[in-house]
This record gives sequence, structure tokens and C-alpha cells, in this order.
Amino acid sequence: MSWLDIGTIDEIPVRGARIVKTVLGCVAIFRTAENEVFATSDRCPHKGGPLSEGIVHGRKVTCPLHNWVFSLENGEAQGDDDGQIETYEVKIEAGRLLLNSEELQARSAA
Amino acid sequence: MKKKLIVIGAGMASGRALEHLIDADKDAYDITLFNAEPRGNYNRIMLSPVLSGDKEFQEIVTHDAAWYEENGVTCRFGEQVVSIDRDRKVVVGQNAEVAYDKLLIATGSAPFIIPVPGKNLPGVIAYRDLEDTNAMIDASAAPQAKAVVIGGGLLGLEAAAGLKARGMDVTVVHLMGHLMERQLDEAAGYLLRRALEDKGIEIKCNASTSAILGEDKVEAVLLDDKSVIPADLVVMAVGIRPETRLATDAAIEVERGITVNDAMQTSDPDILAVGECVEHRKQLFGLVAPLYDQAKVVAKTLLKEDAVFAPKEVATKLKVTGCDLFSTGDFAEGETREDIVFRDPARGVYKRLVLEGNQLVGAVMYGDTADGNWFFGLIKDKTDISEMRETLIFGPAFQGGASLDPMAAVAALPLDAEICGCNGVCKGQIVDAINAGATDLGAVRSTTKASASCGTCSGLVEQVLATTLGDDFVLPTAQPVCGCTELTHEDVRRLIKSKSLKSQPAVWQELGWSTPNGCHTCRPALNYYLLADWPLEYADDPQSRFVNERKHANIQKDGTYSVVPRMWGGMTTPDELRAIADAADKFNVPTVHVTGGQRIDLLGVKGEDLPAIWADLNQAGMVSGHAYSKGLRTVKTCVGKDHCRFGTQDSTGLGIKLEKHLWGSWTPHKLKLGVSGCPRNCAEATCKDIGIVCVDSGYEISVAGAAGMEVKQTEFLCKVTTEEEAIEIISAFTQLYRENGKYLDRIFKWVAKVGLEWCIEKVVDNIDNRKALAERFEISQSVYRDDPWAKLSTVKEAPKFGPLANLTLEAAE
Ligand SMILES: Cc1cc2nc3c(=O)[nH]c(=O)nc-3n(C[C@H](O)[C@H](O)[C@H](O)COP(=O)(O)OP(=O)(O)OC[C@H]3O[C@@H](n4cnc5c(N)ncnc54)[C@H](O)[C@@H]3O)c2cc1C
Ligand code: SF4
Ligand code: FES
Repeated sequence: MSWLDIGTIDEIPVRGARIVKTVLGCVAIFRTAENEVFATSDRCPHKGGPLSEGIVHGRKVTCPLHNWVFSLENGEAQGDDDGQIETYEVKIEAGRLLLNSEELQARSAA
Repeated sequence: MKKKLIVIGAGMASGRALEHLIDADKDAYDITLFNAEPRGNYNRIMLSPVLSGDKEFQEIVTHDAAWYEENGVTCRFGEQVVSIDRDRKVVVGQNAEVAYDKLLIATGSAPFIIPVPGKNLPGVIAYRDLEDTNAMIDASAAPQAKAVVIGGGLLGLEAAAGLKARGMDVTVVHLMGHLMERQLDEAAGYLLRRALEDKGIEIKCNASTSAILGEDKVEAVLLDDKSVIPADLVVMAVGIRPETRLATDAAIEVERGITVNDAMQTSDPDILAVGECVEHRKQLFGLVAPLYDQAKVVAKTLLKEDAVFAPKEVATKLKVTGCDLFSTGDFAEGETREDIVFRDPARGVYKRLVLEGNQLVGAVMYGDTADGNWFFGLIKDKTDISEMRETLIFGPAFQGGASLDPMAAVAALPLDAEICGCNGVCKGQIVDAINAGATDLGAVRSTTKASASCGTCSGLVEQVLATTLGDDFVLPTAQPVCGCTELTHEDVRRLIKSKSLKSQPAVWQELGWSTPNGCHTCRPALNYYLLADWPLEYADDPQSRFVNERKHANIQKDGTYSVVPRMWGGMTTPDELRAIADAADKFNVPTVHVTGGQRIDLLGVKGEDLPAIWADLNQAGMVSGHAYSKGLRTVKTCVGKDHCRFGTQDSTGLGIKLEKHLWGSWTPHKLKLGVSGCPRNCAEATCKDIGIVCVDSGYEISVAGAAGMEVKQTEFLCKVTTEEEAIEIISAFTQLYRENGKYLDRIFKWVAKVGLEWCIEKVVDNIDNRKALAERFEISQSVYRDDPWAKLSTVKEAPKFGPLANLTLEAAE
């Protein structure tokens, strides 16, 4: 696996997100109230809203444009909405945030 | 010949390991025990009671001189081991070398000292051993001594409570948003904070230390927000790191800790390790329960018996009198997980169970932890809880019986059961009221006072109504704020005030929120209510704001932003226009548009360029136009009597004064004003939230207009003769709206609910009340009348608008 160092958790606000730019588009890195981190695609499948700008609650994020809610764990839209965002593996090791870049590439090729 | 065993470190893990070893075979080894501290094994976790004065050091010693002697342990206390020579199989102490056949490393961990200026000043200490504890006790002896504890985890809070018990003034500075964030969720963290504050300990969360100040000894702590806390003693309790230096130097495998296998052997089979210094299957250990299991295993391995260390769940408790908390397992939320939350605000009790499938996986409890161990057992044993799910949260006492239907339970309550704790109303009184004709919550509330104070028993009262009335009962239709609560906006506002709730976790806990930290609907509302009610005490939470307000720019459909500088009262200058044009050129702004509020909108700015364009506009003297805010946006004006032949007053001047007075204030929804110089009304003041039409004899103020989805003419509020009066009345009216409006109700909607007459009474007729409202508005403005752009375009904040990382280059390689 190829884990890329993208920074530290302290650089992301609690209940907030930052993005990571990749050649395949932006990845949103979320930090929950419990200090868990999740990585998903930054694009809402509805009309492309930037999910990293949404309100993070529990392990979910609400898209800032039209309030679709997505699970950060499996990427599924919640409630009545139908949609799915990509999720990627991210982990904290020795205080650093590591993003699984292979997965990023694999998914975009698929 | 007996084999020689050397143990490095006389801590909690090695003490236990020696006991197991000696109990099993007293004659297996000749043992030499090194310890850097000038004493033998003691119960380190009981240093907290020693600090607080509940215990003497003698009482926490686990192995005394007689024990070492009886068991033939050679003690080298106060002597640090300097190195290990694996080729010659000797350990080099400060005084001499000693040879070994087997070596046990049990060096524990070293406290982490944050690398800030001043960290080496006398008076800055960690909290790890008896020396530290004694230093704290000594410091507390000085009259009116002040301590700052950096770190709001287990250790820091025990230190803080101990120092407080010894009479010091204590402030805890914690980086995270709530205390003990690794063990507790926000709600439990909030209760803990409240309990510690009740003890007189000051708590500062979200506070980052930037330096420790002092000449030849510590004098104060400087935080990132520039606040300075005086201190005679600073205790750093921010974390620990495994003490692995000896192992690293001896080329034994070390990751974060000394790597050990299931038998507690390091990469050198003759060298074992135990305790906080080890890393086992990627895991480190910081509590004693697993260390004791390791000690058992290491003793067996030393005796050539098979044993395997398998880490188990651990539970955390804080040893501070009066703070009952318990946490174990994994209490993070999850897709496949369900929460059972129980809150009893009156008793300060919070319990949260996290279920995954039919198993309990985590528990957090505050206030009533009696059942903690029972839950802990369920988690450890992976018990199938599906049978007792309904009553699980009530603990073991409630198991075994038939599952309780809440309705049946209420029906079964005796008539003298108390329903409303605040007002002491029992079920019988409520039933009597219902029989006398009260058929809804409001009626019961007004006739019996049940649920009229804190309101948390409303649900119970409704259930009594439902069981008494049967089919005649219709559930009230008032809309709750969102799915996280059954309370309406009005209830929440009232309770925030009456119960002095000053933080979001306080609201979630005291008002029984059903989610751990709300949702996108309730969080912005709560954030607003708290900010409006406690302007000086509540810190705004950007993460509970819609993106526009968080980024201080309007998000557009393609994810770019629009930037609108303020033009006071619609006035501008050639210089400002030039600066706007320059900024538009420099940042490739594709669209420049004049808004309906008399300002210039720069559309299509990239999110990461925002701080830079703001900095340029600030440079030219312009500030944010708040075109994105639920707050004052614009005061539209006409040119008034200076230029217009009809003008009666200086409408532009009054517009500018009003805007300078009101800007930055947050309101339930956006707020737009207009000031026209005569009844020809060129500023369209009569379809604004607040409009002023100047006439010869003064100023006509009208409110509650709208020109959005609904179009509505304003209603007449009053007429005044001076600008000062006009500004005071408008401040007071705005404050009335701020204090009473429902989040996202424009003024016209709110006035329709409360009635214009009521507003007139509050801000026109009752002059004392008007003055009090205007004064409260001013207090709030003392915090909020400033420019967010300037704050966010600083060197420190600006980078946060860019990406966390840019992998476009790396991936291309
Ligand atoms: C104030 C306090 C309160 C705590 N409360 C709790 C609690 O409530 N519950 C809980 O589970 N845990 C608690 N802990 C944590 C617990 O004390 C530790 O997990 C435990 O003590 C670790 O045991 P250990 O044997 O690995 O290390 P230690 O007990 O730290 O022992 C290591 C020893 O090795 C010595 N040493 C290090 N290097 C050398 C060297 N080169 N040569 C010679 N000697 C050396 C050190 O001086 C030290 O005496 C608390 C800790 C503290 C400080
Ligand atoms: S509102 Fe009256 S004073 Fe103002 S510009 Fe129009 S006509 Fe002139
Ligand atoms: S773009 Fe995300 S909800 Fe519409």
C-alpha cells in the first residue's frame, strides 16, 4: 500500500474538514467531534457541492448547497436521497495523517 | 548456579512481574533491580491522593525494604542504567556494570513536554513521580499561589483537583474542545467541566499554549489568543511517550515503544520488556490493567512456561472526589452502531451505550456510574444483549422482568408519583386537572405548573395526558427544532435563558438532545441563540455555521465565492472603486455586479484566494460587507437633502450612522434597512426589515417589510424627532428581535407571531425597557462590531483556506 503523509489532525478543525488536492480531484478529509478522521470525495453527487464545506455532525456531513446528508463511513446518502460518494482510507500514525493513495488511483481507474 | 536477572525500572509493571516470578519460583533467579528514582516500587496511580492530601506516601509503597531483602532482590535505587551491552551481556549502571542472563526492561514512559519558549523555567514541571508531586505540594504552600495545568486529560485533571484541594488557584488549559476527549464524548465532558468549575477550577478549552513567561522562574502562561494567565507553577500533563532510549541504543527493535511478541520478548530473546515502554501488535498502553496482565505473562516466560499476552478492554475512571465518570470500549458513533442515550439533567446524570448488532461495544457514563462494571463485563464478554435491549440502560437491576413499554410504565405509576420535579407536581394532580378539562400540555402547564420550569418532564406529562384521555388526546403540533430534540425553537430559547446554558454541549445535555452533537439544522440555531444570549461568555463555533458565514463570503453554485466589501450607507469614493477594480483584475474576477443593496459584488473568487483579496481590500480601507450573514447586511439610502431638492433630512448620513452602529451584529436572519429622505422613498425603505422615512418634523420608523419570496409593506412603529432617538429605537427593536426571534424567521414573520403591539410596548412605550435593550445590544456589539476579513487574512489564519496537502505533483511522478 502506498500511504501518503498529508499533515496532522490538528490542521483540521474539530467537526470540520480540509481538502487534499490530487490529480484525480479533491479529496475531503473530515475530523469528527470524537477526533476520528475520514476521507471522501469532495464532490456532492447531486450538483457538485463541496462537501468539505458542509456541517459535520456525528459521522455525517451535510452538503452546503442543498443539504443532502452523507455517511462519512460508507459514503451513502442518508434519508430519502439516493447517492453515493467515494470513501478512502485514511489513518493516523505517530501523529501524522496518512492517506491511501493507491486506493485513490484504483477507484478512479475503475 | 542461579541465573541472573536484571530488571531496569522499579515501576508498577515490574513490581507486579517480580511478585508473580517470586511466588512461582523464589529460587529461579538472582535478581538485581535498578531504579532511577531513589526508591523502590510504589503505586504510582495513588500519587493523586498523595497530592490532594488524602494519603501519605508511606501508604502507597507496594514493596518495602523488608520485602526486597526477604526475597533476595539486590536493589540499586537512585542509579540510572546508562546502557545495555548485548555482546557482553552486561548492563551499565551509573556506578557499576552488572552481568545478566535475562534482562527485563520496565522503564515506563517519559512525560511529553511541549516545545514552547519558557518550558525550562523553574516552576514548570511534569506529573509523573514523587518528586513532581512534592514540588506541587511545596508550591501550594505559598499564600494565594496560582497554578496552570496544561492538559485536560486524566492526569491533568487529577493534578488540578489535587492542587485546588491544597488551596491553589487553578486554571486548566486544554487544547481540545472538551475535557478528556479520548475517554468522554462532548456531553460527558461538559458535565465533568461543570463539576470541576463548581470546585472553583477554571477551565479553558480550545486553548493552545504559545509560551511560558518569566524571568528566572515561571510567572505566567501565554495562550495563542494572546491571553495571559498568571502562574507560580505550571504543570504539563499533555501526554507521555514510551521510554525506549536504552533499547534503541542497544539496537533492539523499537517502533513507538519497544516491540514485544505475545510472550513479551523483544527482538533479542534474552531481553524482555513490560509496561508502558512496550509496543505490542502496534498498541501502546497507558493504564495499569493491561500492564498487570503483561506482568503475569513476562513472569511465566522467564520461567520458560508458555503464556500469551492478549490485551483486553480497559475502563477509565477519574480519581477526583465528586466527579463520577466511567468510560470504556469504543463510544464513537458509526453507521452500523446505535446509541442509547439517557440524560437526567436534574441529577446531572448522563449515560450513553453504543451498540453494534446485538452487542454492547462502548459505554460512557457520568454522574451515576454504579452500573459501570456491569456494562464493562457485557462488553468484555461480548454478551448478546438483544433480550434486554429495551431496559439495558437501566442496568442490572431492571433485567429479568418483562420489557417495559413506556406508556404502560406511566399508566402503572401510582397517583402520588412525582412527575414534575421542579414544581413538585405528582401524577394525581395532573389527572385531576385533566378531569377538570385540561386537554393539552399548555392547559396542564398553566393549571398545575407541571413542566412549567425546566420543561424536561413535558414528555412525561404528555404521556399522562395520553393514558388519561385515551383516544381524545391529540399530540401537540408545535414543530420541534429538528430530529435531535422534541423541543420547539421557542422552548429551546426559553430554556437556554432560564437554565443559564452557555455552551452547545450544555444544551445537548440539559435539554436531552438525542444525538451526540446535533445536526446541520439545530447546530446553527443553537450557535445563534447562545451567541445572542451570552455575547461575552459564549465563543462562536464556526463549525456550526453555514459555509457562507464560516468563510465570510457567499458560496456560488460552482463552489467559487463572491466577495462584497462594505460601502457604508451606499457611499463610495474613487479610491475605493479603483481598489475594487484592481482586486478584480488581480484575482481574475469574472463578474462584477452592482447589488440591490447598493454595493459591488465580485463573483467567482476561488476559496483559497479569499484571504488575499480581503487583505487587498482591507488595505484600501474596506471591510467585509457581511453580504453572507444572518446579520446586518445593508442600510440603503437616498442622497437626501444635501443634493435632492425634496430631501428633508440627511438620509445618507443617518444611513451611515445606523450601519456603523449595527454592523457585525448577528440576528436570527438577515437584516436590511433603508433610509429615504422624503416620502418619495427612493431608497425603498418601506419594504425593508426596518425602514425610515424622513419627514420635515422628524423620522418615521416602520418595521416588518419584505421584498423576497413574499412582498410586504412595513408597519408603522413610531415617529421620533431626532437621529439619536431613531438609532436608540432601532437598536432596541433589533435587540428585541435578536433575543426573541426564532432562527431563520425574518422580522416580518417574527412580528406576525409576537404582534406589532407587543413590540411597540417594549421599545416605544416602555422607555426603561427600550434603554435596557439598547444597552444589551451595545454590550454584544462590543464583541462583534469588527471585521472578520482582517482576522482571517492574517499569516496564521490565511493558510487554512488552502488545501491541507497538494498531491498533484507527487502523483504525477
Ligand atoms: C499521577 C498518575 C496517576 C495515574 N493514575 C492512573 C489510574 O488511575 N489508572 C491507571 O490505570 N493508570 C494510571 N496512571 C498510569 C500508570 O501509573 C502507569 O501506566 C504505570 O505506572 C506504568 O507502569 P510501568 O511499570 O510501565 O512504568 P512506571 O511505573 O513509570 O515505572 C518505570 C520506572 O522505571 C524507571 N526508569 C526509567 N528509565 C530508567 C533507567 N534508564 N534506569 C533505571 N530506572 C529507569 C523510572 O524512574 C520509573 O520509576 C497514572 C499515572 C500517574 C503519573
Ligand atoms: S427619497 Fe426624497 S429625498 Fe430621497 S432622493 Fe428620493 S425624492 Fe430625494
Ligand atoms: S450539491 Fe450537494 S446537495 Fe445539492
